[in-house]
Amino acid sequence: MLFQPAIIALLLASAVSVLMLLAATPYAWQLVRRWDIASGSELQLVLERRTYLMSTLLSFVFATQLVALLLFVFNADKMAVMFVGAMCAVGTLNANAYGFPALISQIAVFFMAAVWLVLNHVDSRAYDYPLVRVKYRLLMGILPFVVLAFALQLIYFLNLKADVITSCCGSLFSSDAQTLVADASALPPQQGLWLFYTALLTVIAVAVQHARKLRAAYVVAAASAAAFVAALTGILSFVSLYVYEHPHHHCPFCLLKPEYDYQGYWLYLPLFVATAAGLGVGAIQPFARVPSLAAVVPQMSRRLAWIAALGFAFFTAVATYMVADSNLILLKD
Amino acid sequence: MKIWIERQKALIDFTLSSLARRKLKNLGLLLVYTVIVFLLASVMLYTHALRHEAAQVLKNSPEVIVQRMVAGRHDLIPLGYLEKLGRIRGVQNKEGRLWGYFYDNVVSANYTLMAPSPESHGFGRIADGKIVIGAAVARERGLVPGNLISFRSYTGKLFVFTVAAVLPHEAELVSADLLLLSETDFRAFFDIPAGYYNDIALSVANPQEVRNIASKISETLPDARIILREEVLRTYESIFNWREGIVLVLLSGSILAFAIFAWEKASGLSAEEKREIGILKAIGWETGDVLKMKFWEGALVSLTAFLLGYVAAYFHVFHFSAALFEPVLKGWSVLYPRFELVPVVDGFQIATLFFFTVFPYTVATIVPIWRAAITDPDAVMRG
Repeated sequence: MLFQPAIIALLLASAVSVLMLLAATPYAWQLVRRWDIASGSELQLVLERRTYLMSTLLSFVFATQLVALLLFVFNADKMAVMFVGAMCAVGTLNANAYGFPALISQIAVFFMAAVWLVLNHVDSRAYDYPLVRVKYRLLMGILPFVVLAFALQLIYFLNLKADVITSCCGSLFSSDAQTLVADASALPPQQGLWLFYTALLTVIAVAVQHARKLRAAYVVAAASAAAFVAALTGILSFVSLYVYEHPHHHCPFCLLKPEYDYQGYWLYLPLFVATAAGLGVGAIQPFARVPSLAAVVPQMSRRLAWIAALGFAFFTAVATYMVADSNLILLKD
Repeated sequence: MKIWIERQKALIDFTLSSLARRKLKNLGLLLVYTVIVFLLASVMLYTHALRHEAAQVLKNSPEVIVQRMVAGRHDLIPLGYLEKLGRIRGVQNKEGRLWGYFYDNVVSANYTLMAPSPESHGFGRIADGKIVIGAAVARERGLVPGNLISFRSYTGKLFVFTVAAVLPHEAELVSADLLLLSETDFRAFFDIPAGYYNDIALSVANPQEVRNIASKISETLPDARIILREEVLRTYESIFNWREGIVLVLLSGSILAFAIFAWEKASGLSAEEKREIGILKAIGWETGDVLKMKFWEGALVSLTAFLLGYVAAYFHVFHFSAALFEPVLKGWSVLYPRFELVPVVDGFQIATLFFFTVFPYTVATIVPIWRAAITDPDAVMRG
């Protein structure tokens, strides 16, 4: 199954990313160990020049990862027609044991990459590169995950056999199965609604509060992560039902299909952007006391908090509109 | 935010004039880049359109086809064959189909002969002695409605038919080599006894029932071969994807060559360019600014090449029938249909194409650009 254009493109992007990161690691290590902004030695000069290359390269690699996630999901959806029993991305990802791990690791890399890009941006705004060490340590922390994501993707695609009968979203997201996802799907719509709106309204409130008064940055990050989970649970438990107008179809991937006018993208894109921004608020907070960042961090933090608040608000509005616009009646008041 | 936009605008402005100063070098790069995008985009657009066409054609075909096998070969099937099963729940309609192949010495090609059921095509019932022919057959044999045509059947007898109509050109992809005749004529021509058919088509309304029905039939009738529409679709999808993938892999050599070319172009800075960067840094540009300028340069070149290449590929595929890739991607036959593909543009394809072209270009130019950007002003101006 390797000879599919999108698969080749995905593997190419992942492999090149891994290679570039691996090539950058020794330099990153050197930067972490030998960096001394006060020194005027030749080595420091070389290192300073190299940081330009490193941050360009890494920004590029991480930006690639962000796009690759989108392409991965889109590809899984497109390939569904090639598997017996598959009707959307779920079937494709379920065609062997590595599909969902590959997706989840790709999502994890997405958020780590986003946080790294935020840190990098903050660092480049200060005159003395205060975050160089942090950034490159973090890079070495992210590297294993990128390698893992690539490995899982490779194994997944290598093991894809078109004649496999996979289970479609109906069985995976049905309320009777004994999995975590099924628990989320089985959550009664009423509780799902509560959880969904509480978490989202909380995160919006906290983010707006932070944007205005710069308080409780870590709470914003935590609330964003919680809202991400709550939002996915909400999609599983009731939003999807309203979109499909079918009381037992809980699939979060069918939303992306042309049959439903690609509505899913209106949900997932703001959700991912907002969550990444919310996490970024928490990620830069520890450095608010660094003298050269004293002006940069609050400004950046504000901006990220606004992005998070608007993203989550947009997401909530879209989900609410989907529910309101639907002909399905789940709850009678 | 406004300052940021103004800044980028100024950078783009500067980059454009800088590109214009070295027209020849940049046009060379642009040309190669455009050709690469054009090649890859042609392959993708073409296979995608073929896939689309196949799916459209199969949309109206029956969900399940049952054939009878004798000694591993496809054999005639009596209509009563399925009665053994009794009524199968979920099957809306079953219909025996008559079709066969006939080799015509005159044009050295195979025709597909069919006796359609009266409601399945737009000509009503075909009278005995009349024939409706596909557009490619009409072309090859120079026939118009009203002409007579004779075939010597496999039994040795000569049959003469009057051409009643030529099938419309729009349907040529499926009907190029098709001859439609009445059931009586068909049975006489191929010497098929009454009550026997080539296969039986079942229509099933609920797609989720198709597999159950298929397994029920195959359990009760072990000598039946069951062909499902979704399986045919899947096969087409696989074949076209596979062909597309193979061509792309073959073209990967050229992508690699292009990446090396881009690397060379980006690292082989002329003395004048070096001096330019040196002067920029001397008047206060930072390394980051030079990098940004170079980034805009890459983005502008990529975008232009991508647009030009993609538009050229669009015309190549949908207006010139993809003359370059036709033989590999389409397949081959004597009576090959002439058809214009319906233009289908797909965001997914564009994203994939982007990964195949802009991604390698960017990877290849990062290091050379950085090398150029860290140039010391004094080193350049002294030298």
